Order: sequence, then structure tokens, then C-alpha cells
Amino acid sequence: MQTIIYILPELFLSLSIMTLLIVGVFVKNSFKIINSLTILCLIFAVALVLNQPQETTKIFNNSYLIDKFSMFMKILILVFTLFILTISRDYVKKNDIDKMEYPIIIISSTLGMLLMVSSYDLIVFYLGLELQSLCLYILASFKREDEKSTEAGLKYFVLSALASGLLLYGCSLIYGFTGSTNFEVISNNLDSSNKASIFGIVFIIVGLAFKISAVPFHMWTPDVYEGSPTSVTSFFALIPKIAALAVFIRFMYVPFINVIDQWQTIIIFLSIASMILGAVAAIGQNNIKRLMAYSSIGHMGYALAGLATGSNSGVQGTIIYLTIYLVMNLGAFGCIFMMKRENIYYENINDLSGLSKNHPMLALSFLIILFSLAGIPPLAGFFAKFYIFMAVIENKMYTLAIIGLVTTVISAFYYLRIIKIIYFDKPKKPFEETYDWGLKGPLILSSILTLMYFIYPSSLIDIISSILIY
Amino acid sequence: MIEIGLGHYLTLGAIIFVIGIIGIFLNRKNVIIILMSIELILLAVNINLVSFSVYSQNLVGQVFTMFILTVAAAEAAVGLAIIVIYYKNKGSIHVEHINSLKG
Repeated sequence: MQTIIYILPELFLSLSIMTLLIVGVFVKNSFKIINSLTILCLIFAVALVLNQPQETTKIFNNSYLIDKFSMFMKILILVFTLFILTISRDYVKKNDIDKMEYPIIIISSTLGMLLMVSSYDLIVFYLGLELQSLCLYILASFKREDEKSTEAGLKYFVLSALASGLLLYGCSLIYGFTGSTNFEVISNNLDSSNKASIFGIVFIIVGLAFKISAVPFHMWTPDVYEGSPTSVTSFFALIPKIAALAVFIRFMYVPFINVIDQWQTIIIFLSIASMILGAVAAIGQNNIKRLMAYSSIGHMGYALAGLATGSNSGVQGTIIYLTIYLVMNLGAFGCIFMMKRENIYYENINDLSGLSKNHPMLALSFLIILFSLAGIPPLAGFFAKFYIFMAVIENKMYTLAIIGLVTTVISAFYYLRIIKIIYFDKPKKPFEETYDWGLKGPLILSSILTLMYFIYPSSLIDIISSILIY
Repeated sequence: MIEIGLGHYLTLGAIIFVIGIIGIFLNRKNVIIILMSIELILLAVNINLVSFSVYSQNLVGQVFTMFILTVAAAEAAVGLAIIVIYYKNKGSIHVEHINSLKG
């Protein structure tokens, strides 16, 4: 019984999912009430995570780990899911996807991610991953009378199932050659002289790289981001990345840490390829969701660069990068949700032209967020990149640092292009004013956080520097 | 008579796995075939796990297999549901026709 307090957040979420399903069945037109209850459940789950005992604990035969790292990631997942639900509420209503299943599927996938983040065993990890991905397949094709949305769902399903298959094959090889599915035992039994288990590591890295959409496993990202409804795209761009990156860090630094010389080159390659593709391919895009997809590919490249260092400072850099990335992207999607005229949401970059004349405040926060995404000092995005490059240079990986800096400059081009369109092009018809504080609040919060981060950067660093992976 | 050992089972698993992957990439006809290929991949993994489990006298692999079988069923259900709604919108599930998102 003593172990139950350690999984209270997960237990609470799974019970509330079932309760919400029952409520949804018995109450008619229950989207509104279910959505509000879901938000309430998420707030409560955050409180439960915060209340967990601080010390590192392994439960269920060492298959489930609660430590500071997993708790931090869980809080990120829950808080940002909450924000996504509030900023997309209006969009969901206007686009006829306000079915009661929508918030329930979102928290089911959140539950899967919580399991993934805490997993300390291949089986638990796989089950969490599948719970998350099955929900994401449904979400991508949620607008079921829309051809684009269903196509996005189909593409995501096929490629993601393939990636899960590759990952599983890797898991089976690792299990076979180390004799266990437990991360700690795997870490002790792995040695680089066994070529078959190295093969297994490569398969697992491929599967994980697919989940965080690192090049060359990124093919699905632009299509799925463009095709699925924007509310789902904003979810895709933020939440699964946290879980997948957390699991990536856990895999590399717990079971595979003894064979670092084997996987380091692969991660460096993934990182460089993602940075370059994210910078170059986004230039010609006209659809802002597609552009965000390429931008997220590029950002994952920088996050992987910190991971590739194999040092604690690198991992902490990655975690800081991830946190700041989430705040910035929340703001960016908040701005995208503002692009509404007479119940139609616009998603082309040209629709933004002359935004500053009609909506100076919205244009200003868009400006802050885009500058921050481009990594221009003194905004938060600059500091995120700064920590990563510091860690990379500390570990004497100069090529990676130089390529990273060059791609930062290239990617600044397309962010600046949007700013030019917003500030210097001919104004179009103004967008509708919104009075929805669920959308305005997170947008203002994220703009202020990105703008003011430089005043007191140690607040975030202090939290993260207490997180040790190994 | 050759003694059938772990190596043979692993080879079988690897062959089925490769057939599954090739099936996904070479298939230009029908999405259902892709679904079958995904099942093949998962079955290859199961063969691997069970043979490892038997030869190392360790039960975890068989438990893992049970979980994978369950998840594979759920995945097939979700996949078929997505194919059905896609068919309703587009009237075809030919792989060549899945190209409205591009760029």
C-alpha cells in the first residue's frame, strides 16, 4: 500500500478519465462541462505531482521511477496540456470538433506520457508510449469529415506504427542480449563488444527520433501539422515532444550510458541534420502551421545537441531549452488562434500582412515570440541556445557548435520574414477582437515570460540544476 | 538433421521483420497491405521475444509478448477506424491517392 502514494497522479488521472466518460455519456451536449472538468482534473493532477515525496523512489519491482527529473517533466506536461485546452477552446467550438471525447482523449494521451516519463522498464515504457500514440492517431484525424485531417491521421498512423515496430524490435534485441527489461540491469549488462545489442540501441534511437521528429525521420511532421485541426497541431507541437525528449534523455543516460561512444555519433548526426533541415526547408513555406512544423524540427535539433554531449550540463541545457521552447510555442500558437475573421480561422502567412496597423498589441507579442524563436538576445530563446552551445563547447564538439550557429542565422531569415510581413506590408481586413481570456491570458503570459526571462534567469536554472539524471 | 537453436529463430524473426518493412515501402496499392505489414513487424518482434525468453529461461519476454499482442489488436482497431473515415471522405484507399498534403 505504501507505493500507492507514489503513483497518485497517474491513478487520479485514469480514474477521472473513466468518470468523465460516464458523465459524457449521460449528459447531453456535454463538451463544455467535460472540457471544464478536464481542466480541473489537470490542475488537481499538478497539485498531486507537486505533493509527491521528493526523494528518488523505485516502485513495482524497480519498473517505475519517481525522481526530480520525471516530476519536472510531468509538471511541464500537465501545465502545458492545460494551457493548450484553454487557448484552443474557441477554435474547437467553431470548427465542430467540440465532441465530448476530445478533452478525454487529450488527457488519456497525457496519462500515457506520464507513464512514459516515469518508466524504468521496457514494458512500462512501451505501454505508456502506445497509450499516448493511439490517442494521438485519433486526435490527428479528429475532424472526421475533413479530407486533410483524415489524411493526416492516416499518415501519422502508418509512420508512427512503423516507428513503434522498429523501437520494439530494438527492445527485443536489448532484452535478449542483456537478459532483462529493467533499465538498471540493462545498463550493467550492456557492453559495446556485443554487436547485436548495439543494433538494438540503433533501432531504439530510430524509434525515439521519430517521436521527436528528428531528421531523417521527420517526414510526417509537416503533413500532420498542416492537416490536423490547429488545436490538435498545437498539442502535437508541445506535449508529445516533452514526453519523447524526456524518454530520449532517460534512455541515453540510464540504460545506454556505458556505450556512449556508440550512440554519440548517431545523436550528433540527427542533431546536425535536424538543425539544417529545420532552417532550410522552412524558408519557402506559406502555411504557418507547416512553418511551425519545420521550426519545431529545427528546435529539436538544438535540444539533441545538448543531449549529444553526454554530460550533465548538456542534459540540463536540453531541459532548459525544452522549457523555453514550450513557452515560446505556446505564444506562437496563441497568436495563430487569434487569426480569425467571421468564424473562419486563417493559416496563411500572407493573411498576417499589415497586422501591426490593426492590432498593435497582437503584432507586438508575435514580434517578441518570433524574435525569441530566432534566438535574438535578450529574449528567452537566446538564452536557451546559449546554454546548449556552452555545454557543447565545454565538451569540445566545435563542429556541432559551428553548424548550430550557422543554422541559427539561416533560420532567423524566415522568422524575420514573418515580422516584415506583419510590420511593413499592406494591411488587410482586421481580425476579430477576442475577449476570451483563456486565449489571451496564456498568450500574454508567454510573451511576458520570453521578454522578461533575462532579468532573473536563475529562477529556472536553480530548479533544473538540481535535476541529475545519473 | 540440424539442431534448431536460438540463431534460427532470430533469423526467422529478422526475415519476417524485413518483409514487413519492405511491404510498407514497396507497396503502392492498398493501405490495408500496410496494416498487414505493421502486424508482421510486431509478430517478428514476438518471435524474437519468445525465443529469447525460452533460451534464457526468463519469463519476462513472454509477458512482454502478451502485452504486445494486446496493443497490436488495439492498434489495428484504431488503424482500421481511421481507414474507414478516410475512405468515406475520399472514396478510395489507394496509396497513390494519399497526396493532398504536400510541399
